[in-house]
Amino acid sequence: MLKKIDGIWVYAVFFVIFLYGPVLLMPVFALNDGTFATFPLKGFTLKNFSAMAANTSMILAFQNSLKIAVAVAVLSTVLAMPASLALTRFRLPGGGPIQSFMMLPLVIPSIVIAVALLVIILKIFGIQLSLWTVAAGHVLICLPFCMSVLMSRLEGFDPNLEEASRDLGCNAWQTFWRTTFPLALPGVISSLLMGFIISFDEFVIAFFLTGTENTLPVYLFSQLRFPNKLPGVLALGSLILVGSAVLVIAAEIIRKRGAPSNNPGDY
Amino acid sequence: MSATIEPDTASRPRDAERMRRWLRGYGLLSPALAVIVAMLALPVAALVLLSFWTQNGFELDRTPTLENYAQLVRLTDEPTVWFGIPFYFSYPVPAILMIKSVVMSLSATIAVIALAYPMAYFLAFRVHKHKALWIILITIPFWTSYLLRVFAWKIVLGFNGAINSGLKALGIIDQPLEFLLYNPGAVVITLAHSWVAFAILPIFVSLEKIDRSLLEAASDLGDSKLKRFLRITLPLSAPGTVAAALLVFIPTVGDYVTPTLVGGPGGTMIGNLVQELFLRQNNAPLGAAVAITMMLIIALIVAIFLWAIGYRRIRARRA
Repeated sequence: MLKKIDGIWVYAVFFVIFLYGPVLLMPVFALNDGTFATFPLKGFTLKNFSAMAANTSMILAFQNSLKIAVAVAVLSTVLAMPASLALTRFRLPGGGPIQSFMMLPLVIPSIVIAVALLVIILKIFGIQLSLWTVAAGHVLICLPFCMSVLMSRLEGFDPNLEEASRDLGCNAWQTFWRTTFPLALPGVISSLLMGFIISFDEFVIAFFLTGTENTLPVYLFSQLRFPNKLPGVLALGSLILVGSAVLVIAAEIIRKRGAPSNNPGDY
Repeated sequence: MSATIEPDTASRPRDAERMRRWLRGYGLLSPALAVIVAMLALPVAALVLLSFWTQNGFELDRTPTLENYAQLVRLTDEPTVWFGIPFYFSYPVPAILMIKSVVMSLSATIAVIALAYPMAYFLAFRVHKHKALWIILITIPFWTSYLLRVFAWKIVLGFNGAINSGLKALGIIDQPLEFLLYNPGAVVITLAHSWVAFAILPIFVSLEKIDRSLLEAASDLGDSKLKRFLRITLPLSAPGTVAAALLVFIPTVGDYVTPTLVGGPGGTMIGNLVQELFLRQNNAPLGAAVAITMMLIIALIVAIFLWAIGYRRIRARRA
């Protein structure tokens, strides 16, 4: 069947080029044999990538980010799971306002969250800034995302299955582990991946709350000021983009697995 | 209490069971809620408190005062004299910077909606096969590094960047165009690009929910394509479009990364001032006042916006 090619198709194609074009220039210039990100391209090289292996401060920052992101993903999912169950399964008085309150980190500018945490951590509790304080800030901003993913998953399958399990003599704990959790598993995995991605890429909160140790985005930001560091930044940036994209695609695929959801717009 | 006064054997066990269920629900909710209260509500309250104190050198003066808020609108005590004319003007004047941030963020929001709406329409009405694939394609950039998407525009717009060097290599220009980077326009373009993928989803969902039989009925009754769009599709997709606009506007007002990387001196926003006051000038109380005022202004604009939309809808229903 011949698809109708009209204005909106052309628009869609241009839109995708606009969306990806600037970002894809990064790997193009990273593979280019030149100190500046300029056209015409000079030649193909992998030296920018091989130089990364010797960059110890970058590797340290990468390890820090990895540790934080794993901890944040697990912690926010563990916190979000019972909360999502409470909001989807128990018709609680005040459930709506509570849910809106818990989604607030999504709409408060992250610089406000960052300075508010900075004030309470430094001035009120006098705690030293460290990777722990960064992780705490990241849990706060990941929670609403993890809850959205888990809640839409929990709403996507039939709660009668849980009732059946209780009728058949399982207690709440057994029902959760034998029925709810396996059915929600795609949501759980995608919540873990989402928490990981958000924490791994987050810059502003990490920039304010980190002590002497850098995370990868903070390290990257510190490099952006120096023009001679550009090739290294381009190589690192390309790898982060590819890594994030792979994780996002994995999260999407897993989220769509399992019982189909009835929510409109969910594919 | 009331049960002991008026024994009601039929409802008591049910009430007790419901109570137990609620308690279990609140119990499940409490750890996450506690985190948000401890790490959002308390810190923001602390920020409010701090904004009424003042920084006295290295000491924090805890006498409550409105001095910081007065500073936001006060220009300077000592005028700068240019060409014999006194200007009570010091850079950055927080109030002016605030207005500029709101204007830049609103421009970016309008650009995002203008770019996202046709794309959402395309996804909802024109894509039949591979819809999921298209949606993943559109949303991937939003989840990948924000910092890098902003940095990418620095490469595109820079003095020796992709546009300038590309045009030079093609022989169209001799000298690099300097107006591309480090100005408010660059900030607006970059913000729009960074957030557009996020705005498509809510609009798409609201378009997808529209009952297609309404459109068929309208076309059977002789409405033109444009009329159907204006009278059915557009109003019914308004809630998603409003949600998308708010999701872009609210966080972009306080954005810090984009103005820092592509804004230059003329393209700074209120987030830069907050950072400057907290990390460089060691004036956290004034920084707190700026941050709180920013949140209040955002809330006010959102409230006015929602009120205006609600008001119009009620009037339309009455007519």
